Amino acid sequence: MSWETVIGLEVHVQLATASKLFSGSSTAFGAEPNTQANIYDLALPGTLPVMNEEVLRMAVSFGLAVDAEIGKRSVFDRKNYFYPDLPKGYQISQLDHPTVGKGSLRIVMDDGSEKVIGITRAHIEEDAGKSLHEDFQGMSGIDLNRAGTPLLEIVSEPDLRNAKEAVAYLKKLHSIILYLGISDGNMSQGSMRCDANVSVRRKGETEFGTRTEIKNINSFRFVEKAINHEVQRQIDLIEDGGRVIQETRLYDSDRDETRSMRSKEVANDYRYFPEPDLLPVVIDDAYIDAVRATMPELPDARCSRFVKQYGLSEYDADVLTSSRAMADYFEQVAQLCGDAKLSANWVTVDLLGLLNKQDLEIQQSPVTPTQLGTLISRIKDNTISGKIAKTVFEALTEGESDVDQIIESRGLKQVTDTGAIEKLVDDVIAANPDQVAQYKGGKEAVFGYFVGQAMKISKGKANPAQLNELLRKKLSE
Amino acid sequence: MALDNTDVEKIAHLARLQIKQPDIDEVTSRISNILTMIDQMQSIDTSAVTPMAHPFDATQRLRPDQVTETNQRDRLQQIAPATENGLYLVPKVIE
Amino acid sequence: MLSKTVAELSAALDRKDVSSVELTQAYLDRIEKLNPDLNAYITVCKEQALKQAAEADKQRAAGNGTPFTGIPIAHKDIFCTRDVLTTCGSRMLHNFVSPYDASVVERLQQAGAVTLGKTNMDEFAMGSSNETSYYGPVRNPWDSSRVPGGSSGGSAAAVAADMCAIATGTDTGGSIRQPASFCGITGLKPTYGRVSRFGMIAFASSLDQAGPLSKSAEDAALMMNAIAGLDSRDSTSLDHPAEDFTAHLQQSLKGLRIGLPRDHFTADLNPAVQTILQDAIKVLESLGASVTEVDLPHNHLSVPAYYVVAPAEASANLSRYDGVRFGHRAENPVNLEDLYKRSRSEGFGDEVKRRIMVGTYALSAGYYDAYYKKAQKIRRLIKQDFDEAFKSVDVILGPTSPHTAFKLGEKNADPVTMYLEDIYTIAVNLAGIPGMSLPAGMLQGLPIGMQLVGPAFSEARLLNVAHQFQLNTDWHQRRPEVK
Repeated sequence: MSWETVIGLEVHVQLATASKLFSGSSTAFGAEPNTQANIYDLALPGTLPVMNEEVLRMAVSFGLAVDAEIGKRSVFDRKNYFYPDLPKGYQISQLDHPTVGKGSLRIVMDDGSEKVIGITRAHIEEDAGKSLHEDFQGMSGIDLNRAGTPLLEIVSEPDLRNAKEAVAYLKKLHSIILYLGISDGNMSQGSMRCDANVSVRRKGETEFGTRTEIKNINSFRFVEKAINHEVQRQIDLIEDGGRVIQETRLYDSDRDETRSMRSKEVANDYRYFPEPDLLPVVIDDAYIDAVRATMPELPDARCSRFVKQYGLSEYDADVLTSSRAMADYFEQVAQLCGDAKLSANWVTVDLLGLLNKQDLEIQQSPVTPTQLGTLISRIKDNTISGKIAKTVFEALTEGESDVDQIIESRGLKQVTDTGAIEKLVDDVIAANPDQVAQYKGGKEAVFGYFVGQAMKISKGKANPAQLNELLRKKLSE
Repeated sequence: MALDNTDVEKIAHLARLQIKQPDIDEVTSRISNILTMIDQMQSIDTSAVTPMAHPFDATQRLRPDQVTETNQRDRLQQIAPATENGLYLVPKVIE
Repeated sequence: MLSKTVAELSAALDRKDVSSVELTQAYLDRIEKLNPDLNAYITVCKEQALKQAAEADKQRAAGNGTPFTGIPIAHKDIFCTRDVLTTCGSRMLHNFVSPYDASVVERLQQAGAVTLGKTNMDEFAMGSSNETSYYGPVRNPWDSSRVPGGSSGGSAAAVAADMCAIATGTDTGGSIRQPASFCGITGLKPTYGRVSRFGMIAFASSLDQAGPLSKSAEDAALMMNAIAGLDSRDSTSLDHPAEDFTAHLQQSLKGLRIGLPRDHFTADLNPAVQTILQDAIKVLESLGASVTEVDLPHNHLSVPAYYVVAPAEASANLSRYDGVRFGHRAENPVNLEDLYKRSRSEGFGDEVKRRIMVGTYALSAGYYDAYYKKAQKIRRLIKQDFDEAFKSVDVILGPTSPHTAFKLGEKNADPVTMYLEDIYTIAVNLAGIPGMSLPAGMLQGLPIGMQLVGPAFSEARLLNVAHQFQLNTDWHQRRPEVK
């Protein structure tokens, strides 16, 4: 039996404002419990919300980045439910009139194929606090520092057909958010959180199957694992004659499984109604244009520019623009050394290889763009060969900082002195009479042997072009 | 619109209120009376009317993104019923 | 001295006929004497008041006075007052010492007023008789077997019984005007958004509005000068140009067009009240006003619509009372649900619970359109009625309440009977426009109020009409004999 998976993602992004959505409390991560929970955040009687203008700007910029309809009149609503991490007993959200309406996102899969994923909407809402379950004499502790932090909830259409697409979508979203600078996108700290609506159906069917919502997915890797696990669970269930029930399931990364959240089984009735403490947020074209004017170049546009301006391949350009930090890194290197193609090679092959191996983000790269740019410049100006450059690169990764000093102190400078190379060539010829005879007898392939020998003696420092030229000349004498 | 006791219990649960069994009939009857009074609204057709959430067509003012609050935890937790290590305590939250 | 208006007391303080400390002490003495019977105050701030009075005397002596410097006032216990118990008339907040001041409190303090204490009220402002208070009912100073009206019953009784010079109140469906009428004083509910709601404990956010309960229209104007105006901490506070509410008090009423709502003057209205209103209208006509009838065709739907909108908003506003961060918490909760349910059921009184349930029901799945949305539509129709009426008249005049103050317990049998008490006042809140009540006569020893309603931002005009009426009548100067 052949199955098709249908996935829609709800992504909560914490917006990187200094203060909360409706209060002047700090949003900084990691403070002592409740030191950033003030009278409004604690829902003291008589307190009222006042909206942070930066949240609106960030939401609109996201909308523009995904070609979405921008809500010129967005309305906040109260979503009512009781939970200790929700001090007011309602969450201020946007139900019918979100700030960001229908939009779309282009994803590129590993095989180079492209797909456009629909975005249903993105609305502004408040984050909740945190329940800490360490034991306080059988009690839970509530920290409301996070309560009221602005969130943008981005809801996708059920357009994703497998876990890999879901990951690609999430990564693209992550990239756009970082490009826009509207969130730090840190999944492990919860600044970007993902819930997945997953269902399966037999291939060819047009109706969607019953879906489950998987919560608490906090890394790209877990998204793929959680979805794959849930898909398999649903297929097994149906094939065994069972039925999927609509429910919320929690992903447990330690056990790599999803389990039903029994506490949320009772059907919620959120009793949404327009938030009377806030008025409609009304914006005009001038506001939207002003936001647009402050937006940076986004990944798709930057990718096309890299192809055009630097003559890079589509593939390299796509890899380099997958994150703003990487694209910035690349452009700094290219500018410094003046060779974009060589820079692209070094960044995509050597640098990314290194980062992958050490599981680092580009921001944490042990090699700075200036160092790499300088290194490539030294190849360009013949100070070192490309091969020696790898040695220098290695030294940089081990903590040495000055490219020229590394070259100097280790004596890696390329030998370009014609006299020295001539002596090297003479020595090699003198030491290998048999091979000379073979070469002169017409065996061209032996030429490589001479180059190798000369390089070995020079510890790789001989300028390859000069060496080649002199060797040919001397051998044909 | 008349309610029965089950409806009232459901509503009470949504609102996290407890109604003692001996009181339930009276509560149900009083709320039903209120709903009957409210149902006078259905005497007119309002299909062409736009709902009005606020008396005026004012729009939301925005404040600059500035941190204006400082740590007041000690003062604010003086009025809290139960705290420990700066946390508000509640019976164990089960997920 | 204690029966004087703010304007008179302010002049007396300026002349040094009396000091604020003396005045404050005299009010405190009277409170001590009368409060055990009237129960108008929940909290009296004796030491703080005397300290503020001493400071006010210094300010006045230094020539830094405002009309409120050194004037002893009372706040409805719905306004948060820093370091002072703020109960909202509820057991839920029996232990809530507010860590901050409401905007209204702050502004009056900045104007130099002395806070005598916090007045009793219907629990969370839900009531029309002050009988739902956890702190017991307030008694009407005119007849202690009767209610003072509600929900600002404590403030109204305190002003009427000279237990303060002036008081603050709030009005969601008539809670300033109806007690003003029952107690024979002047009360103004301003245009929605005129006075900041910051620090005013919410009942129904889109209807709540703070205003003065005073001994004269002039005093109400003075208080409006102190409390009205934009507040960045309340998003619904309106950015309307500041104005001097006393500026037009002396204006002649020549050319004033008064509208009488046809449906207010029907057989339902007590004939004696009708007669009193007719006499009041004659006074205004003698001052140059003309009278015509107007229609408010949807007024009869104001009570039903209100009892959807207000409970719906209240049901959410009161969710924060959960026993976790402040307020009442049930003892030894066995689990989270038990903590919530017992804290809330012990903390809230019956009327509050009833309204929370009505509101919860009106918002619940499947009923939203039939109730909440429908009510919001009727709200628009009611506002349109007023807009239409104000095309041909400047103010609308009618009764504040169908009758005089009723007996304690008289209307408790069925909540709907109590709700219908507000039939003349509620539409004004739904439309967001200003309304005031002022004494217009006496019936069997009890005061009768008349209501003036104007278009948005017409407070100064309403106060002008009321002031001119008060210059030509003495109903507002009548005081109960309190034993």
